Amino acid sequence: MRRPSKRGTSMSGLVLQAEGLRKSFGEVEAVKGVSFHIAEGETYGLLGPNGAGKTTTISIVTGLLEKDAGQVLVDGREITTTTTSAKAAIGYVPQDIAIYPDLTGRENLNFFGHLYGMRGRSLSDRVDEVLEIIGLAGRAGDRCDEYSGGMKRRLNIGIGLLHRPRLLMLDEPTVGVDPQSRNAILESVEQLSDAGMAVLYTTHYMEEAERLCDRVGIIDLGVIMAEGTREELVSVVGERDRVRLAATGHLAAAEEALRRLASVEEASVRDDGIDLLVRGASAALPSILEAAARSGAAVTSVDVDEPNLEAVFLHLTGKALRDTGAEGEAVDEKEASSEGDREG
Amino acid sequence: MPAVTIALKDLRQRIRDRSAFLWGIVAPFGLAFIFSMILGGVADTSNLDVTYAVADLDGGEMGRAFVDEILRPLDEQGLFDIEFVNDEATAESMAERGDVDAAIIVPAGFTDAVNSGAPAAVSVIGNVDTPILAEVARAIASGYADEVNAVRTSVYSLIVLQGEMPDDSELSALAAAARSEPTPLVVGDDSAASKVLSAPTFYSAGMAILFLFLAVQFGVLGLLEERQNGTMGRLLAAPIRRGSIVAGKALTSFVIGISSMSVLVVGTTFLLDARWGNSVGVAILVLAGVLSAMGIMFLVAAFAKTPEQAANLLAIIAFLLAMLGGTFFPVAQAGGLLAKISMLTPHAWFLRGLGDLIGEGRVGAVFPAAFYMVAFGVVAGLLALFRLGKAVAP
Repeated sequence: MRRPSKRGTSMSGLVLQAEGLRKSFGEVEAVKGVSFHIAEGETYGLLGPNGAGKTTTISIVTGLLEKDAGQVLVDGREITTTTTSAKAAIGYVPQDIAIYPDLTGRENLNFFGHLYGMRGRSLSDRVDEVLEIIGLAGRAGDRCDEYSGGMKRRLNIGIGLLHRPRLLMLDEPTVGVDPQSRNAILESVEQLSDAGMAVLYTTHYMEEAERLCDRVGIIDLGVIMAEGTREELVSVVGERDRVRLAATGHLAAAEEALRRLASVEEASVRDDGIDLLVRGASAALPSILEAAARSGAAVTSVDVDEPNLEAVFLHLTGKALRDTGAEGEAVDEKEASSEGDREG
Repeated sequence: MPAVTIALKDLRQRIRDRSAFLWGIVAPFGLAFIFSMILGGVADTSNLDVTYAVADLDGGEMGRAFVDEILRPLDEQGLFDIEFVNDEATAESMAERGDVDAAIIVPAGFTDAVNSGAPAAVSVIGNVDTPILAEVARAIASGYADEVNAVRTSVYSLIVLQGEMPDDSELSALAAAARSEPTPLVVGDDSAASKVLSAPTFYSAGMAILFLFLAVQFGVLGLLEERQNGTMGRLLAAPIRRGSIVAGKALTSFVIGISSMSVLVVGTTFLLDARWGNSVGVAILVLAGVLSAMGIMFLVAAFAKTPEQAANLLAIIAFLLAMLGGTFFPVAQAGGLLAKISMLTPHAWFLRGLGDLIGEGRVGAVFPAAFYMVAFGVVAGLLALFRLGKAVAP
């Protein structure tokens, strides 16, 4: 389900302002002048394939990585690698599970709570609260190496929101997560956003960006290529619907016939049917089916997809999100970050 | 105090996985116990069961003097047992079978040879399984031979001075008078002897300093593990200084090192009868040892990229330094370059400092050793910080 955008209702205070961020690792320029901002209560998504520059961007914004140029302000205070107190406004959830497996869930939360200056009763109460939120209250005393993958993921997120940050940054938090845990994570993010927390969410899953984010920045090759609400981004590619016909028979002839229809902009044959890009699919559907039948193709089913961020990404980059989602690229980006910092 | 928070977390992890307990206490205590039992027995004759076979085939005055004036008193003091046999073959076979630790044979004609100025020799046949005890028997025989030679020299000098050869009774009287004179020159080494550590003390101290280097590794390994586990990013994202992370790891090493050494000092004192000397002096040596171990181990680990690589490297360096430093055997006795290299290790200074403390009995005796150990630690630590600063990255 797509959540309604809160844009325009909660833009009163900017929590994050990132301006002109640049970062190179040797000859490779991983981030090339990235700028964006996030308001209070807003969820901003950085959508792009692995290796697009999402992790490098979030590492700079979190103060983990030294930037070559640009500025990051969180709650009006600059964030750098040497910043200390200003980082208390940030909650960071790394892509990989970052917990201590030989400590219990409660001990992990207590440790990071102490690092954020929390003490005594307020810490223990907040730890209990977070354990309830992430659904681990019943397993809080168990060592984390006894947790399932989904439970570890939830604890990973719980640590990030323990100190009630103004800005929560989640770096691809659902990678490698089973559907049930994934849904639980997405629901948690929605609740946090509804509670007024600003959220920066990186993902290469179009569905997650559409579901969670008030605004989305589409990033590829270290550049934000387009930014806005879902509706604003979709308007970039126009109001064209994707129609998938499952059909048998003379598919090539049907494709030719369909191309001649005024409402059809593109048509391509695949193994089990024909894909179309159509203006006003609902109105054009009868004529499409009639043209296909006349050409000797027997249509067995029809799927109509409204324009989405996948189409936007395809339009902007000429490639599909999933085509570029190789795991190795993410590793390369992380390694490059690490090496670059050492060299720097 | 983020560094304390990090150190407490690390210590909780180390207590839970028992690694610090194993490397810091169990292993050094166990090895010290084994070494002092095996090697300590050689030096401590009260624990030895030594038996020598003696065959006096001479029957003359000089042979009886060796047996009655040298060997019997040592037997009566309980230093060893003597089994008298009547022939060389029996003595030799007893030594070869391992029934005795050595066979001492005074050959027939020994007294005549000595009196006539002809070459005379006491034979010692060793048991191959107890070479050190055979050497002791040779040393006893050699000592007697030196005394006989001294008597013969003095009697010969008198004959030359008098210009005439005395008769046999006069000659015997002269020889007896010469033997009864006290030795005019002895080498006193009381001071050096008092600085020599007893076997339990030496091996307790040696194993303690060796395993101290392995115990303090957990701090710096923790730094590399944070990177490997991804938690380093979380620490860096927290509102703390990067230096606090390194300080936390150093504090972990320090606490483990001090705890390990303290437990070993107390434990070996009561259980292995080690004598560490003045407690303040020992505390200074322990503190200096921990600082030197931390500096050197942090420097070594700074060249590793993974915890596994670091652990291997640290183990190699720890044992290499320990061997060079004389914790297994006194390398400095080899002299020359090896002795000089030995003094480039904190281990050698630790053992020397302990010897000085026990020998001189005052706290100030440990200052030179402590100074060198701290210097090793500070120099290595500063170099380590330079490299580890770059390692504190996501």
